[in-house]
Amino acid sequence: MYRSIVLVKQVPDTANITGNVMQEDGTVNRAKLPAILNHEDRVALEVALRVKDRFGGTITVVTMGPPRASDILRECLYMGADHAVLISDRKFAGADTLATSYVLSEAVKRIGAYDIIFAGRQAIDGDTAQVGPQTAEKLGVPQVTYLEEIVDLQERTLTAKRKIEGGYEVVRAALPVLVTVLKDAAEPRPYSARRMMTYKGARTLMEIEKLTEGNPLLYADALRHEYESRDLFIDTMTMDDLKLDADRCGVHGSPTKVYKVESVVLAGGGHAIVEPTRDGISALIDRLMDDHILG
Amino acid sequence: MANYFLDNRDLLFHFNALDLREIAGIAEEEYAQSKEHRDAPVNYEDAMVNYRTVLEMVGDLAANRIAPRASDVDHEGVSFADGVVSYARGTQRNLKELSQADLMGMILPRAYGGLNIPFTVYMMAVEMVSRADASLMNLFGLQDIADTVRKFGTEEQRREFLPKFCTGEYTGAMALTEPDAGSDLQAVKLQAYQNDRGEWFLRGVKRFITNGNGDVLLVLARSEPGTKDARGLSLFVCHSGPTVKVRRIENKLGIHGSPTCELQFTDTPAQLVGDRKFGLIKYVFDLMYRARMGVSAQALGIAQAAYEEALSYARDREQFGRSIASLPAVANMLIEMRVTLETNRSLFYHAALCVDRKEKLEERIAALKKAGQPVTEETAALKAATRIANLLTPMAKYVLSESANRISYDALQVHGGTGYMKEFRVERLARDARITNIYEGTSQLQIVASIGHVINDVLREWLDRHDMKEYRGGLGSLAAAMREIRALFLESLRFVTERKDAAFQDVAAKDLVDLYSYLVMGYLVLDEAADEPSKAFIANRYILSSLAKARANAEMIKSGVFADLLHADTILV
Repeated sequence: MYRSIVLVKQVPDTANITGNVMQEDGTVNRAKLPAILNHEDRVALEVALRVKDRFGGTITVVTMGPPRASDILRECLYMGADHAVLISDRKFAGADTLATSYVLSEAVKRIGAYDIIFAGRQAIDGDTAQVGPQTAEKLGVPQVTYLEEIVDLQERTLTAKRKIEGGYEVVRAALPVLVTVLKDAAEPRPYSARRMMTYKGARTLMEIEKLTEGNPLLYADALRHEYESRDLFIDTMTMDDLKLDADRCGVHGSPTKVYKVESVVLAGGGHAIVEPTRDGISALIDRLMDDHILG
Repeated sequence: MANYFLDNRDLLFHFNALDLREIAGIAEEEYAQSKEHRDAPVNYEDAMVNYRTVLEMVGDLAANRIAPRASDVDHEGVSFADGVVSYARGTQRNLKELSQADLMGMILPRAYGGLNIPFTVYMMAVEMVSRADASLMNLFGLQDIADTVRKFGTEEQRREFLPKFCTGEYTGAMALTEPDAGSDLQAVKLQAYQNDRGEWFLRGVKRFITNGNGDVLLVLARSEPGTKDARGLSLFVCHSGPTVKVRRIENKLGIHGSPTCELQFTDTPAQLVGDRKFGLIKYVFDLMYRARMGVSAQALGIAQAAYEEALSYARDREQFGRSIASLPAVANMLIEMRVTLETNRSLFYHAALCVDRKEKLEERIAALKKAGQPVTEETAALKAATRIANLLTPMAKYVLSESANRISYDALQVHGGTGYMKEFRVERLARDARITNIYEGTSQLQIVASIGHVINDVLREWLDRHDMKEYRGGLGSLAAAMREIRALFLESLRFVTERKDAAFQDVAAKDLVDLYSYLVMGYLVLDEAADEPSKAFIANRYILSSLAKARANAEMIKSGVFADLLHADTILV
């Protein structure tokens, strides 16, 4: 029996970019892109589900994001997650990896005891691959990044194969541990039709509050209680719930500043002819060394 | 992302038009099931949301997982070594994912792990799976094997077999055909006998058994020694095992992903399903409604796939300086395909709904009887639904399987030489389509199954109502054409019945069934066009070309052309 937590993120579907999505300055208009569950996070959930299938246990998925990130939490429930947690607050906006990992690590502490935290290697929007490692560091647990395969899991020891440059290595770590998962680690399973029918009505606190808007007969607390009793409540945490240090959240807690975004157009430039002679090759090598490409 | 539900405008049209109020109400016991099962809908609207959710998911699975593997499945085929049948790797993955998605027991009750999805909705799923990989339908689309155990078996049998069908641990097979009992199932010889303790055993050979290597087999066997007809046959269910030997698998033209087995039963322990002597005349007959609908859905899926291939190829391919889709002869073929596809789909889902309703009424009557309540009204409704299902099931199977062949034939033709090559999907589709008008009863047998109901004009009232209905605008002239087709039908029918010649009636049956099918599809599409303007083109092409064909059908019947059958021996040198 292992208690797993899976960190997931809602990202723009960059595989389906159409004409009006790219802006003139080379950035992406997020509002126009469909939002999806980051693929490597889906793989991370699949790896967690396989651990559960084999050894039993529970899986809690956690995301930090805007209210509409509840969509991907429902998808995780459809795949087989037992619980879902949305961490959402306007004050989290603009968070870089440092602020994000701070919030996530505090949320994980709040969720309680765990054995393995799974995360995708990186999200397709930021491509930093930092949130997993930084979260592990803040929690003070070992981390195994670039996981390709769980080789073995015995009692309190995880044996894992991780990708390294030019090959792989097999490492052992004591639980609790945080792993970040590569996209080829497992093919995610389809949604379960039964779970879709069961959890299609699962709602976060924000969604429940929205239902009560303009309807004086509905009280959010009562409604929330009803959703909870039907196991359809998606746990929702704000900055206050987590008693966080505001200076470490959102823009205030993010030392990363985007200085400039440049649209780089890769185009072929001129070309030079290198004579296949000793002199010609020597000249080429000199030039490459001058450009610091060689040496 | 591709989705075979959301990208299919016509399928969506039919889903949106479905009125499943009565069916869902019965299936959900007026939504009492929601008190016990969290996945059960709380009301009709909720049920429709569930059905749509499931179909969207199947559409996603079919388009993004199953279809990309279909070519490899076809190429790899099934293998057979040391008596063990193995599916292609793609098929294995498909089955695993369909099981993970909880779809292998879609139509079975929740109490056994199923989803309790109505038959009509299930048929939509089967259509989409077949469009992705026709051979997979023979595993996914045969849930009616388990459903037969559900309907006619004991509670003990249900508990023994159904849960593992739902989890995907079991696949099943219907073992009916034998070397000397193909279309003529009354001739089944496989022997069923009892020991002193009354336990049943099976002994004999079955042939052409789709997925005969499955874990659970429904076997039609002769339980009454000395008998020679249907009344000596009973239905049995058994597990596979050492006493059921796969002797060989067939090397087939198409549906390579689906194994076709020859089975030898050597004193195989089996359980009787339902009552003795009712094997063929009640249970197999009942199973055939759903099995034939399944094959019709398979044919429809193949036809949809073939049409898509033809259309996209024709639009991309340039000859004579323009896309061939703009050449009138090719455009005409494509329109013909599209019109056939849409009118066939109308017939199919009309028939599916009818079968669905019939089955649900049977359930309701059983429940009412158990509660000691009157069933007069329901019994009358069931009788009417059964009469129509008895016609529409074989008619749909006949029409859709023949159309799938024609559409895939034309789709290949649109590709020209390219279509003949293995690299293009249409070649596989043309081969896969070929079985649909053969198994679960050939087209000729579907005509035999339909003709009695056609001669009795069982849809008379429905047709009368439509004859009298006012259709606005341009549809009015199509309604006039429909009345003309009906007159041609009635005239041909009178001609055939007045001859009182059984042999003549046999050969004229095809033309009569064709004529009747124009009436069904013609009025269905005319009604659709009255509500949905985009259907007007479909109605126009279908009805006008049906009128032309109807004249030919009538002429064939009345011209005396069939008289030469008397001289068959002379002609067939």
